[in-house]
Amino acid sequence: MTDAAATSPPSRRTWSPRLVSLVFVTVVVAVLPLVFPSNYYLRVASLVWTSGLAVVGLNLLMGLAGQVSLGHAAFLGIGAYAVAIGPTHLGVPPIPSALAGIALSALVAWIVGKPIFRLKGYYLAVATLGFGLLLALVLTSESAWTGGPDGMPVERVELFGWRVTGALTWYWITGVALIIGVALALNLEASPTGRALRALHDSEVAASVVGVDAARLKLTAFVVAAVYAATSGALLALMNGFVTPDTASFMHSVEFVTMVVIGGMGSVVGALVGAAILVALPQALTVLQEYETAVLGLLIMVFMIFLRQGIVPGLIGLFRGMRR
Amino acid sequence: MSKLASRLLGLGVSALAVAGLAGAALAADPIKIGSVLSATGPAAFLGDPEKRTLEMYVERINSAGGVLGRPLELVLYDDGGDANKARTFATRLIEDDEVVAMVGGTTTGTTMAMMPVFEDASVPFISLAGAVEIIEPVREYVFKTPHTDRMACEKIFADIKARGFTKVGLISGTDGFGKSMRAQCMAVVGNFGIEIVADESYGPTDSDMTPQLTKVKNAAGVQTVVNPGFGQGPAIVTRNYAQLGIGLPLYQSHGVASKSFIDLAGPAAEGVRLPSPALAVAEKLPDTDQQKPVVVEYKKLYEEKTGQPVSTFGGYAYDGLHLLVAAIQKANSTEPDAIRDALEATAGFVGTSGVFTMSPTDHLGLKVDSFRMLEIKDGDWTLVETGG
Repeated sequence: MTDAAATSPPSRRTWSPRLVSLVFVTVVVAVLPLVFPSNYYLRVASLVWTSGLAVVGLNLLMGLAGQVSLGHAAFLGIGAYAVAIGPTHLGVPPIPSALAGIALSALVAWIVGKPIFRLKGYYLAVATLGFGLLLALVLTSESAWTGGPDGMPVERVELFGWRVTGALTWYWITGVALIIGVALALNLEASPTGRALRALHDSEVAASVVGVDAARLKLTAFVVAAVYAATSGALLALMNGFVTPDTASFMHSVEFVTMVVIGGMGSVVGALVGAAILVALPQALTVLQEYETAVLGLLIMVFMIFLRQGIVPGLIGLFRGMRR
Repeated sequence: MSKLASRLLGLGVSALAVAGLAGAALAADPIKIGSVLSATGPAAFLGDPEKRTLEMYVERINSAGGVLGRPLELVLYDDGGDANKARTFATRLIEDDEVVAMVGGTTTGTTMAMMPVFEDASVPFISLAGAVEIIEPVREYVFKTPHTDRMACEKIFADIKARGFTKVGLISGTDGFGKSMRAQCMAVVGNFGIEIVADESYGPTDSDMTPQLTKVKNAAGVQTVVNPGFGQGPAIVTRNYAQLGIGLPLYQSHGVASKSFIDLAGPAAEGVRLPSPALAVAEKLPDTDQQKPVVVEYKKLYEEKTGQPVSTFGGYAYDGLHLLVAAIQKANSTEPDAIRDALEATAGFVGTSGVFTMSPTDHLGLKVDSFRMLEIKDGDWTLVETGG
């Protein structure tokens, strides 16, 4: 992540969409609690923010580097179980445990990615798939450490004698984490690294001709995505006070990929819209009882058929088309 | 141009978010009872009968005039077996639906994730999940209806002891149920003067347990085999057990006390013993048994209404709902605290899983003798009149 603002050309045109995105996210996070009638809405929104954080990271990998991770929930799981296992078994306080989990996640991503990115093609998808399944297996089997399939409780965070609890508190913690995550992602997108990644996405041959180190860049994107996911996992576990192996399950990984694709690959706001849809829509659809899953599936299909690039880029394209 | 697009987009996104979060309307008169079940997903075989049972009995109670002259309203959500979703729905029940109590929590994982929500809100939560951790240590607002794994182990070991055996081979599943029950069996086995001489395990999707069973068979002095497990694993164990001609008494757990186990295991199931709630042998209970009218009626109604064989899992939901209704009536109030106090004072309540008598230190209220020891004979259950 090199210094973005300084090196990108200071023209207004390149600045405004990024700034608009960041301001938009900040305003949404700041205004929503004023219109929410109960803590339940804060809870759903906090889930959107934590999922959103993981998806913004995954989006850097998918939208910029053009690589798919099918085991992304595993990084979430590393973050989540770090804050569960650290305080319970090792006597490490929650926040250092979270940082250790995030570091471990980055290290694992580096080890998995290092040899893979020497190869061209979608090998990362297969490698992460394998890693994801492996981690889920370890979390379910090592019950002495992880509580097995039933999961384990997470100690509440205490900061200077103050117990961090309550829906509104966690809303702000997750919301601010998301804003920071979005700001960093937007910054990275506009940086030389981001532009090099986009060039890579369009044509790897052309990019390498102008001196872009493809393997190193992809690895960077993957490690960054893993850090986002682990942070999201740690926040989720601390908020819930409980972790289960579902956090790291394959279906959860698929859900993240779906969020990126529905919202729109390569768009930070798109990633958030994707997360919001997959988290909030099932809550709204509960009135349909048994048909809930069918309607959700149908809606995803409709989005994909009519807004093939994803909701956000698709709608932007539509508006541009209309104004022409 | 792009500015305008982004702004319009912002409007669209916030509209979507608000629409997505729009909640349910509120009604004043009915008594609202919440439920979060795993009616779909990997635990659906537990959650689905629970859901049908709750829906069926809420309807029956309402057509008979409701509770305290008010109808019951069941607010039911399906968590798909995901603990994180369960937690969200639990928050929704408390914050948005404002239920007076909750009957649900199909798995131990979802129950443990939801517990803090009900504890914080001081609303009673009757769980339908098995593990002993749910009620130990006792939490003020958390109750449960299913027997614990520990009680199943105690029932099995008491029966083994009564038959004069002391050396047991264990083969357990590595799913949540098998692991938890294995740990509980290990914890109580010493109280019965019994020794575990083999301890093997198999994965939930394994299709052949012959190697593990061979090891158990060759363990020094093994006299009987116990299989804590769930789903199809125990049926395969039973078949392999017969194929190997091990010939020692085999014990299964209450997790397979359903007709489908006998169907899956076939003739190999002959002579297998297992602890089970009274529901599996409803018609075979002696007329003097005080549980007989309850289980026979529940079985008849459930099978008539759904066209499916009754399962003990639906019975847990039956017990949970009726314990709650009895508590509301006894408290003559729908205040969560009054309901909680009445629940804790439950005494001699006859349900499908046994006779419940709760106390401030016991939020389950069942004793080991509420389990019946069954033996499979001629492809059907029979009651065994020995053991503890």
